[in-house]
Amino acid sequence: MRRDIVTSVIGIVVLTVLIGLVYPLVITGVSQVAFPGNANGQKVYVNGKLVGSKIIGQSFKSPVIGKNGKPEEKEEELVTEADPSYFQSRPSATEGGAYNAAASTFSNRGPNDKATKEADEENIKEYLELNKPYDTGLTTAQVPVDAVNTSGSNLDPEISQANAWVQAHRIAAKRQLSLAVVDGLISKYTDSRGLGFSGEKGVNVLELNLALDRLTKGTP
Amino acid sequence: MTFAGWLTIFLFAAILTALAMPLGSYMAKVYTGRRVFLSPIFSGPERFLYVILRVDPKREQDWKSYAKSLLIFSLAGWLLLYVILRTQNAFFVPHGLNPLGYHSAPWNVTFNTTSSFLTNTNWQYYGGETTMSYLSQMIGLTVQNWLSGGVGIVVAVALIRGIIGRSGKSLGNFWQDLVRTVLYVLTPISVIGALVLVSQGVIQNFTTYLTAHTVTGLTQSIAMGPVASQEVIKMLNTNGGGFFNVNSAHPFENPTAFTNLFEMLLVLIIPAALVFTYGRMTGNRRQGYAIYSAMMLMFLGAAIVAYIAEAHGSPAQHAAGLHTHVISGSTGGNMEGKEQRFGIAGSALFDVVTTVTSCGAVNSAIESFTGIGGAVPMANLSASEVIFGGVGTGLYSMLLYVLLAVFIGGLMVGRTPEWLGKKLEAREIKLAGLGILITPLAALFCTAMATASHAGRASISELGKGPQGFSETFYAYLSQANNNGSAFAGYTGFIQPNAGNVGSHGVTFADLLGGFDMLFARYAPILFALAVAGALAGKRVTPAGLGTMRTDNPTFVVLLIGVIILVGALTFFPALLLGPVVQGLTGHLY
Repeated sequence: MRRDIVTSVIGIVVLTVLIGLVYPLVITGVSQVAFPGNANGQKVYVNGKLVGSKIIGQSFKSPVIGKNGKPEEKEEELVTEADPSYFQSRPSATEGGAYNAAASTFSNRGPNDKATKEADEENIKEYLELNKPYDTGLTTAQVPVDAVNTSGSNLDPEISQANAWVQAHRIAAKRQLSLAVVDGLISKYTDSRGLGFSGEKGVNVLELNLALDRLTKGTP
Repeated sequence: MTFAGWLTIFLFAAILTALAMPLGSYMAKVYTGRRVFLSPIFSGPERFLYVILRVDPKREQDWKSYAKSLLIFSLAGWLLLYVILRTQNAFFVPHGLNPLGYHSAPWNVTFNTTSSFLTNTNWQYYGGETTMSYLSQMIGLTVQNWLSGGVGIVVAVALIRGIIGRSGKSLGNFWQDLVRTVLYVLTPISVIGALVLVSQGVIQNFTTYLTAHTVTGLTQSIAMGPVASQEVIKMLNTNGGGFFNVNSAHPFENPTAFTNLFEMLLVLIIPAALVFTYGRMTGNRRQGYAIYSAMMLMFLGAAIVAYIAEAHGSPAQHAAGLHTHVISGSTGGNMEGKEQRFGIAGSALFDVVTTVTSCGAVNSAIESFTGIGGAVPMANLSASEVIFGGVGTGLYSMLLYVLLAVFIGGLMVGRTPEWLGKKLEAREIKLAGLGILITPLAALFCTAMATASHAGRASISELGKGPQGFSETFYAYLSQANNNGSAFAGYTGFIQPNAGNVGSHGVTFADLLGGFDMLFARYAPILFALAVAGALAGKRVTPAGLGTMRTDNPTFVVLLIGVIILVGALTFFPALLLGPVVQGLTGHLY
C-alpha cells in the first residue's frame, strides 16, 4: 500500500513533467523550425496587415453604417450585410457575431426542429435575394445545401463548388469580369480530396476573394 | 451518396486492417518482454524510470495487487488534475501559459472535467478556447490523455495474461506494463503523428490569440495554442477531448480531408491492433481474427446506415424546400453541422469511428444528425463499446462478452463451457455478467434520474424540444457511462456568460451525476475484468476434445454478434424508441 502510494506520487509528477512539458515543447520546437507557417496558423497578410488565416473561415459581410455615421449594433453585435462583390462564406452562428474564431461552437440545430427549418428558410431567402438578380433561373430547389446550413465548427473556410458557381454570376457582374475568368479562379482555389478519394472538394473563400481583389483592385 | 463516399468507408477499413496487424504483433512482443526494433532507444529510459519510480518490474502481481496499484495511481492523477485545473489563474502560473488570464472553472464543472479525463471519457461541459489556459491543456489534460489510455491498455493486457495463464495467479506488473505502454507504444506514434498533423496545418504555438482585420472591415479574433501535441494523443488513446470547443470540426484541429482520414486511423489503430495482440498472445491467431471479424462487421454495418441516413437529408431541410440529392459540385445531404472538406461520408464515418470506440471526438454536430443518423452513435454506445471500443477497454469488455457467448453456446449444446482449454464456472460467469451490466445500469439509472427531476431537465437546451430533449439527456449519460465523451452538445452543465469564466457557474446536478456516472462505469468494470483475469489465471488447461465449442470460426462470430446485439437491444430498446427512433420515423417538426 505504502509502496504504491510512493510510486504513484512520484510517477504522476515525473510523467507530468515528461508528457506535459517536455513532449509539447519538443513538438513545438520541431514544428516551429520545420513548419513555421502551419504551426502558427497559416496567417494571411495583405499590405503587411493580418487579414485572417487561410484555413479559418471568415465573414465577407460589411458593417452597416447607421444614420449617426457609426456602425449599427443590435444586441451588442454589429449589424452586417453581405458585400456582393465578394464570395460569401457559409452561414455561421458563433456568438458575438458570425465567424468568431475565439469561441467556436456548434449550432446544435436538431433534424426535426421547427427552429432548424426556420433558420434554413431565412438563409435561403437571403441567398436568393443576393444571387437571383444575377442568376435569374435560380430556385430554392437549386440552392446548394452548404450555402444555407451552418457548418460543424461554424468556422468552415470552404464552400462547395456548386455554391461558388452560383455566386460566380454575381461576382462576374459586380467586378465586370467574364464568367469564365471567375470560374477559372474557382477551379484554381478548389482543394482536392484527401488522397484523391477522401472527403469533398471545397473552394477556399478567403483565397478566392483575395485573388479577385488582386485581379480587379490591384492589391498585392 | 457518391462512389467516393463508399470508397472512403471501405478503403478506410482495409487500410486500418493492414496497419493494425503489424502493430498487434509488435505490441504482443512488447508485453511478453521480447526485444523489438525500438528497444535500443527505449530500454535505457525504461530502466531509468523503474529506478526513479522505485519499481521492481520482476515483482509479479495477482489481480488484487494489480488493481490496487491501478486505483491508487488513478487517485493520485485525479487529485493532481483537480488542483491544476482549479489553480489555472494562480500567481505561479506564467502569463505566457495563460495569455488571456482565464479563471478556473467552478468546482462542480472541474469535478466533472477531472473525472472525465481520468476515465478516458473526455466529456466536456466547457469550451476549450474560452475556458482553459495553455498550461491546463498541456500538463493537465494532455497528461491524462496519455495515462488514462495507458491504464485501459494495461487492463486488457492483464486480462489476456489471466486467460492464457498456465499456472499461478500472476497478471504481470502494473508499473512495468504502464511504463512500457507509454514508451514503446504511445511515444513513437504520438511524436510522429503530431508532426504529421502540423505538416498538414494543425497549429502548435504559444502565441496569444490573433486579431485579424478582414477585407470587408470586420475584425476577427482567432484562438491559438499548442494543439497538435494534444490532438494526436486525443485521437490515439480514444480520449476525444478537443482543444477547441468544436473538437475535430475545428480547422486548426482537423484542417483537411487527409487529416480527417489520418485522425480516424489514429483512433482505431490501437483498439484494432490489440485484438491481434490477443490472438498472438493466446498462441492462436485465429482467436484474434474471429473477434476482429465480429467487430469489423458491426462497424461496417453502423457506417453504412449512418452514411445512407445523412445523405438522405433531414425533415427540417425538406420542409424548408431544400433538395438534398447529389448535384454537380455538391453532395447534398444533411450538411447542417458538417464541414465542406469532410462532406457527408467523411462526417458519418468519423462519427461511427469515434462512437464505436470510446473516443467521442466529433468532426460534425451529432445533435444535428438525422434521427436514424443519430441513432447509430447511440446504438454503438448501447453495445457498450465493444466494437473495437476504447484503447484496452474495448478488448477487455469484448472478452467479457466472449466469455458470455461461450457460456451461452455451451448451454445450447449441453456441455460444460470451455474457453481456450479452461473450464468456465459460476464465478467467472457471474463476474463477467456483472462487468457487462454495470455500464447499461449506470447509463439508464442516470438518464432516469435526469429526466425525472426538475434539476436534471434544466440542462436540456432551448432547442431540445420533444424527443430531441430526451435524446440529449439519454445521450449525455449513455456517453458518460461508456466513457465516450461525444455529445448532443446542446445539453449543458456549465453556464459561462463570458469567455474566461468570469461570472460562470456549473449546473451542479448534471456535473455531479455525470462525474459519478463516469467514475463508476469506468472503475467497476475494470475491477470485474481483473477479477475474471484472476479467476481464470489459476485454472488448469485441458486439451480440446471433440465436443469443445470452437471460438475461432464463423459460427462463433455469428453467436458473438448475436449475444452483443441481444444484450444491447434488450437493455436499451425502450430508451432508443423514445428518442431517435421517433424522430427517424416521423417528418414531424417540434
